[in-house]
Amino acid sequence: MELTLWTYEGPPHVGAMRIAASMEGVHYVLHAPQGDTYADLLFTMIERRDRRPPVTYTTFQARDLGGDTAELVKRSIADAVERFQPEALLVGESCTAELIQDQPGALAAGMGFGDLPIVNLELPAYSKKENWGAAETFYQLVRNLLKPQLPAPGSPKPDPARWRSEGRRPRVNLLGPSLLGFRCRDDVREITQLLASYGMDVAVVAPLGARPSDLMRIPTADANVCLYPEVAGTLCSWLERQFGMVCARTVPIGIGATVAFLRELHGLLELELPAELQPGADGVCEAERRSRLPWYSRSVDSTYLTGKRVFVFGDATHAIAAARIASRELGFEVVGLGTYSRELAREVRAAAQELGLEALISDDYLTVEAAIAEAAPELVLGTQMERHSAKRLGIPCAVISTPLHVQDVPARYAPQMGWEGANVIFDSWVHPLMMGLEEHLIGMFRHDFEFVDGHRSHLGDGAPAAPAPAISADTPVALGLQWSAEGEAELAKIPFFVRGKVRKNTEAFARERGLAVIDSEALYEAKAHFSR
Amino acid sequence: MASSIATRASAETDLPPPLKESGQREVFCGLTSIVWLHRRMPDAFFLVVGSRTCAHLIQSAAGVMIFAEPRFGTAILGERDLAGLADANEELDRLVAQLLERRPEIRTLFLVGSCPSEVIKLDLAKAAERLNQQHAGRVMVLNYSGSGIETTFTQGEDGALQALIPLMPSSDQVQLLIAGTLADAVEDRLIGLFHKLGIERVASLPPRRSTELPAVGPGTKLLLAQPFLSGTARALIDRGAELIRAPYPFGVEGSRDWMAAAASAFGVAPARVAEVLDPLVERGQRALAPMRETLAGKRLFLLPDSQLEIPLARFLSRECGMELVEVGTPYLDRQLMAEELALLPSGTQLSEGQHVENQLQRVRQQRPDLVVCGLGLANPLEAEGMATKWSIELVFSPIHGIDQAADLAELFARPLRRRHALSFA
Ligand code: SF4
Ligand code: SF4
Repeated sequence: MELTLWTYEGPPHVGAMRIAASMEGVHYVLHAPQGDTYADLLFTMIERRDRRPPVTYTTFQARDLGGDTAELVKRSIADAVERFQPEALLVGESCTAELIQDQPGALAAGMGFGDLPIVNLELPAYSKKENWGAAETFYQLVRNLLKPQLPAPGSPKPDPARWRSEGRRPRVNLLGPSLLGFRCRDDVREITQLLASYGMDVAVVAPLGARPSDLMRIPTADANVCLYPEVAGTLCSWLERQFGMVCARTVPIGIGATVAFLRELHGLLELELPAELQPGADGVCEAERRSRLPWYSRSVDSTYLTGKRVFVFGDATHAIAAARIASRELGFEVVGLGTYSRELAREVRAAAQELGLEALISDDYLTVEAAIAEAAPELVLGTQMERHSAKRLGIPCAVISTPLHVQDVPARYAPQMGWEGANVIFDSWVHPLMMGLEEHLIGMFRHDFEFVDGHRSHLGDGAPAAPAPAISADTPVALGLQWSAEGEAELAKIPFFVRGKVRKNTEAFARERGLAVIDSEALYEAKAHFSR
Repeated sequence: MASSIATRASAETDLPPPLKESGQREVFCGLTSIVWLHRRMPDAFFLVVGSRTCAHLIQSAAGVMIFAEPRFGTAILGERDLAGLADANEELDRLVAQLLERRPEIRTLFLVGSCPSEVIKLDLAKAAERLNQQHAGRVMVLNYSGSGIETTFTQGEDGALQALIPLMPSSDQVQLLIAGTLADAVEDRLIGLFHKLGIERVASLPPRRSTELPAVGPGTKLLLAQPFLSGTARALIDRGAELIRAPYPFGVEGSRDWMAAAASAFGVAPARVAEVLDPLVERGQRALAPMRETLAGKRLFLLPDSQLEIPLARFLSRECGMELVEVGTPYLDRQLMAEELALLPSGTQLSEGQHVENQLQRVRQQRPDLVVCGLGLANPLEAEGMATKWSIELVFSPIHGIDQAADLAELFARPLRRRHALSFA
């Protein structure tokens, strides 16, 4: 048993719904009690879709438990097939149905639907979660549809450069974008354009917008692009093993990763690397100029971004990308990196290690909040959960990952990937911070009567919250540390946006030196110590 | 008053038999009521013993994280817990201890059963007993079920209140007991009015502090503020309370009848009732008039959700002039709805239970001007060109009483006005 207040991921059958709802011509019969239909609102409200997800719930009740739940399953399946005429049927159960063991998949298989592909989803609800469920469903569905095309064992691998002999442009599949993923719709458009500009075509995008017949065309591509490893990782590995399809695994979020992605793909497809992707003498390649991020980041106004301390938390893909962009492309200092995606913990640990950090792998948002408080960053890049935690702590925050909120599904075009994605990222991460001279002006006019402490005109939310309630046991009081009145007064002179950090550093310094009282001297000692 | 109720009751025969449906339901389970109950009793904590689905449901039904540290959580069952039940009990004890340490302000802990805990027959009543011993004097541990195989949406509140009833002290004192969660401000207002009418002792269930439970006994006259409290009403009657039959306090008319029924039960003279309430009625009707202009003649379809459908339909048809196409309700408790049914226009088509596909088909055929429905269905219907109102909003909003009648009507008028205000030509 595990105590949860808020969760980052839903149950695995919600992951399965994400696949079904992302596609056309697929229907999902879910053996589940009535309350589980809440999941519909994830799609119609959060993702703001104009139609219901293609899911039929059996909505069994206690009085059905006597024994005819299996009948109910069969009736629901028959109704759904007749009403929706799907091209492929997913059959599965939610946590409660798993316990009563009706085996809806087996029931469906015995109902004689001819050649309607039926995928029996067995998603262990008590040990797995949403992203795993999505990945497994996507994989099971494709595997089922591609069964007739499976190459005989030992047959030669397809040549990724066969496009040349076939006299056509190379083509790839974009795998993994789904509903309730972070900005998937826009990423697909961005990456499709990006590839087109380098002479590559997209064969199949899946699951988003695909039909079962599209999935059957997957092997016609020369390579796969694993755009969202959380959803497509399992499938891409299987396609690699069974169909010998090569796969680009770099996720093109950020300038460096977009360049690396293009180089990887050119390599896999044996395409000649165009001059603009070759590094120049200064290591910079021409293609970078297609985004404004590198120039904006070098511009003088961005000087204030230098060394800003950021805390990164999200799904593995976006967290890793954010850490890289923050540290290399924006000149921030990453002071925390973590994920709730246990399946990809290894990758996140490696990325953290590169930054000299230990990754935080947790799905307890309070642990994450405590880690943020501890790191005292100036910016949080996180999920909706961290947005709330950051608000409580009075720290600006930008959302970079699922789980999402309706406001993370914007009306405008706002990809995360490719050149335009980098522009979007620059804007959305920098806006919560203070721009350029503003920081100095605030310092200068701090005593102006019109300038209420903490008021930042463009940060609608006004003053940062009062100091967070004690999070850990080592508060100054607990350790007998005290600020003298004069020390407090000196501290108050420090601009509010760094005051928290200064207070923390000074207290740490005082503890280290065994000081009992912090006065202005101690404050300046600490300042000197930390600015070395 | 009594005679008018009698004539109304006979009017029910004018209703065609309700359509009974079974099929896919689009209703939240009883866990959802935690979302408003935990606001009502800030010293209580609701611990769902369930699955990741249950945790995800309350989080999603409440909108992503409104409260940084909410007063509800889920003890998520894992594979290990399913393997052996003894283990699950120990785990629960451990989690509760951990929770209480973290949240010392909790005075009442509700263990809320879910479908998985019911199906594996985890005995939460026993667990509550055990935990009560472990934490005696510190916290009161109660249990009820909010499982979706047994309860819909608002029935969760019915369960939670029933769990409190055995703890209510007994007393023969003459008093009015209002059952059903009300917004604090609305409750203050209603109690003030009862005082004016000369009813001195007014108590409510649930109370604002979970530990300050009202007494109950033969002197108690029970007035339901919400129409979904069948079990609660029965349990209070068993404790000696006498149920006051009345329509529910929605709209000017319903609220007046509701208060007047209480007044009559306490022997307050009709003249006094008129003296106190008639000015409010007059003002309420004035406030309602502009909304009525928007709503009159518009066709309304209520899909089953919160169990408020019948009283709302009554209000919207009688006071706002809307035409009722179909009034769906998750279940029909004829006793608790008798006064409401009597007020429905003759010929009103009720439906009980749900087969969502068939219902949507009827909605499409009828093309009503406004559909009241659950969160999952609203946008798809909007996309088909129909204006909608979320039914869950009605459980969260202060809509009870004469003074709120115009606000209540406004909730329905707004989507229609909005459609009118939009133009992309
Ligand atoms: S319907 Fe049952 S399993 Fe689903 S959320 Fe409600 S209590 Fe949990
Ligand atoms: S509190 Fe804020 S972020 Fe959370 S659900 Fe409400 S509006 Fe969205």
